[in-house]
Amino acid sequence: MGYPHKPHPNETVVLSQYFGDAEARRYDGWVKRGGYQALKQALAMEPAQVIEIVKESGLRGRGGAGFPAGVKWSFMPKEKRKPHYLCCNADESEPGTFKDREIMRWTPHGLIEGCAIAQYAIQAEVTYIYIRGEFTEPIRVMEEALAEAYKKKVLGPNAMGSGKRLDMYVHRGAGAYICGEETALMNSIEGRRGNPRIRPPFPAAQGVFGMPTTINNVETLTSVPHIINRGAAWYKALSLSNPRSTGTKLFSVCGNVKRPGNYEITMGFPLGELIHELAGGVPDGRTLKACIPGGSSVPILTREESESCKLDYEGCVEQGTMLGSGGLIVFDDTADMVYQIMRLARFYAHESCAQCTQCREGTAWTVRILQRILAGQGELKDLDLLLDLSEQMTGKTICVLSDSCAAPVVSGIKKFRGEFEAYINGTRRPRPVLVHA
Amino acid sequence: MADQPLVNLTIEGVPVSVPRGTMVIEAAKQAGVMIPHYCYHSGLPVAGVCRMCLVEIEKTPKLQIACATPVAEGMVVNVLSAQAKEARKGVLELLLINHPLDCPICDQAGECELQDYVFQEGRARTRYTPTYAKRFNPVEDFGGDVLYVPNRCILCTRCVRFMEHVAEEPILNVSERGDRAYIGIHPDRQLDHPWAGNVVDLCPVGSLLSKDFLHKARAWELDKTASVCTGCSQGCNVNLDTRNDVVVRMRPRTNLEVNQYFMCDHGRAQYRWLNRGDRMEAPLVAQARELAGVSWDHALARAGEILRGAGGRAVMLASARASTEALFLAKRLLARFELTAAVKVERVPEEIPLAGVPNLALRGERAPNVAGATLLGYTEGYEDALRAVDGAAVVLVVDLPLDGVTADRLRAAGQVIYLGTVLPDAARAAQVALPMASVAEEEGTFVNRDHRVQRYFQAKAAPGMARPAWWVLGALLAEMELGGPFGSAAEAFAWLAAEEPRFGGLSYDLLGTRGVVLPAGRSAGVGA
Repeated sequence: MGYPHKPHPNETVVLSQYFGDAEARRYDGWVKRGGYQALKQALAMEPAQVIEIVKESGLRGRGGAGFPAGVKWSFMPKEKRKPHYLCCNADESEPGTFKDREIMRWTPHGLIEGCAIAQYAIQAEVTYIYIRGEFTEPIRVMEEALAEAYKKKVLGPNAMGSGKRLDMYVHRGAGAYICGEETALMNSIEGRRGNPRIRPPFPAAQGVFGMPTTINNVETLTSVPHIINRGAAWYKALSLSNPRSTGTKLFSVCGNVKRPGNYEITMGFPLGELIHELAGGVPDGRTLKACIPGGSSVPILTREESESCKLDYEGCVEQGTMLGSGGLIVFDDTADMVYQIMRLARFYAHESCAQCTQCREGTAWTVRILQRILAGQGELKDLDLLLDLSEQMTGKTICVLSDSCAAPVVSGIKKFRGEFEAYINGTRRPRPVLVHA
Repeated sequence: MADQPLVNLTIEGVPVSVPRGTMVIEAAKQAGVMIPHYCYHSGLPVAGVCRMCLVEIEKTPKLQIACATPVAEGMVVNVLSAQAKEARKGVLELLLINHPLDCPICDQAGECELQDYVFQEGRARTRYTPTYAKRFNPVEDFGGDVLYVPNRCILCTRCVRFMEHVAEEPILNVSERGDRAYIGIHPDRQLDHPWAGNVVDLCPVGSLLSKDFLHKARAWELDKTASVCTGCSQGCNVNLDTRNDVVVRMRPRTNLEVNQYFMCDHGRAQYRWLNRGDRMEAPLVAQARELAGVSWDHALARAGEILRGAGGRAVMLASARASTEALFLAKRLLARFELTAAVKVERVPEEIPLAGVPNLALRGERAPNVAGATLLGYTEGYEDALRAVDGAAVVLVVDLPLDGVTADRLRAAGQVIYLGTVLPDAARAAQVALPMASVAEEEGTFVNRDHRVQRYFQAKAAPGMARPAWWVLGALLAEMELGGPFGSAAEAFAWLAAEEPRFGGLSYDLLGTRGVVLPAGRSAGVGA
């Protein structure tokens, strides 16, 4: 559903079916809508069977990396020697992404059900739902729903009468983008500074509290009950382009469009249609200039690229970008790409955890160079410097935050070099920005 | 150990075999390659944050950090490939953009790893033109002996990890984030942990400074001499840093079996008395109730005369800071007397351990050679020995301050021979007073509490006519025709090793700079 708008006929409404439906937030309302049937079914299966179904469905991580969820679950030790944990990554902080927020606001029991199934499949005692601290309303909704789920014995020592113990806690973030990185999130849950950890060891071997841990995104986990209910084959069939990308994906559309909001589409849906039809296109009298399809961390697409891009993991890679978290930022011809890129870089400079040299210093330097260009004091060689700096910031650090800062810079210079040169050669009026990261 | 299977790999074309689990950075040391690094330190847990040790590993798409990449069979590591060098050059440039480049006034200059690696493989010129601002934070006094200069900090977090994992008192952290980050300290605490001084040594740049050493000397003016700390019986290996015959600081010298990379703040302060100005500089002989300066020949002849003319009971009062050689030779000198030999040891009830390192503490015995003295038959019955002074034919004092002892008390004995670095009032009762070199001015050995015999080396010249104790006692023995004289401390030690079974088979060459542990109750000889 194009919440807050009415659903568009070309959407495939699965996860967003009950967005805006206040009754679905309550346990009774959720059960009336078929909730917790999947959990009941799953608890009657062997954990390995659940994993097999999810593997078969082709469900891939919706947080950005697109790693097959079932395969990830199967990395957990088969023979359980230590406590296992499930973490639900609800630290949705990627600029331009606001899908998990709506899932938690409207269908909290859907997420709880997904977590419970995954928790059972990986034989974890405890799930931590790590919610971004600024999400005060989703946190409240989730906490209420959790209390209800415990009261109705969906969770607790005898979950759904299965004799299994399933515990779930909401953990509130404290305002750091980097805590959405899986190992930083684990450090944060442990009460440490939210710094990404060096890998190996991977979470499946040593995750939160040093124990085997699986971490999944809200959207990924919320998809699981639907797969259990309707079968892997049904989910697998939801694919318009590449069969390796299956299911539905929520896209948060923002920027210069008439109807910003969340749109749920089948994998492989044309990006052009999402912008022009579902989101109503750019405001009248303007033309599409560019878009960032997967949240601010992925390379920018030009109009031509956008209009020929298929929205699935492979289709985005084909256009030189990534599906990411599904935060679609649209720019029309009034957008100043140099400023927009500086604004993104400033976000990363502000959020760098300060561990790796390239990220700590590189993101901040990138901002300063871009601000100098905007102020009309840039030089042509600054562009080469930006590209060289971005090269230093790519693939050399613990996590991908600095890569994320470099991606829009590199693609921006490559695709909109003229705008940078206009500031440098004085044909565009300077736009001094005096705000530090 | 020998059975452990080794992993074979090639680093910069040099084949090496190392135990499984070794990190590439350590394996590279065996190949004779020092991979540049900042955050890595063999005494701390791996952080992997500076990204300076990026190396190319064949068949791995991305560069890898050598400090956190375990070796694998058949691995081929290229440290100096164009790609790896380019990455490190990038890191160096980035480390310098917020660095004040104030080397001319920085204590670390000359021993700064930032300087070293930038000279080695950095860019000749920065692209961070002066129009860009640099981060600025004021200098902060962390308390204890430590000053924090945040502008120079490269956020390697060695200090944070030392306090958290080694000292186990986590009062430092990384505060803020992005390029605003700095090392923060607990708001209600001071960096006054008894081992906190190590953070200054660990800091690869001039960000954590010793207030005691602040602006005292430039690193390149310093001469470094291997020595042993005299602060307690742990026997931490140290370097004495001297400048123009003045010891300016004492820093730990790596010995994995004694002190690893660390030493305590009490030990660091021990350098101060090595620079005392009130030293005895000439041999003195009693003439008409006054001590008068004489030549060595004169003084030795007089001492010989006293020893030859006396008989019966003798008392020796020695310092547990005296070398093993001095303690041994002194006993030989008085061998034909009925001898009471005691060392004075300052003891405090509590040990101050370094929590994260086993068997490392500031020990309660605050002298370096208690074990050596005990092995040579000295007792700790100093008070008894002092009472035995009454009516003794000869009293020999070796470098004791004689606190609480009056000159009259000593005069109760027949004759007093004093050998020491300074001349306390009570020692004015001596017939002969002989000036000796301090631990910084001679070679010698100490035996630590674990019976490790460790050498220390001469760091500076002795003042005036002061001579090493082994030389003085050797000359006296020769005067008495009992042995000696010795041309070197090594010769004196050789005699000790030949005469004392517990030291049998040892020599200065065998001791090296790391020392040798005496086997319990047997000859120390290193078997063929």
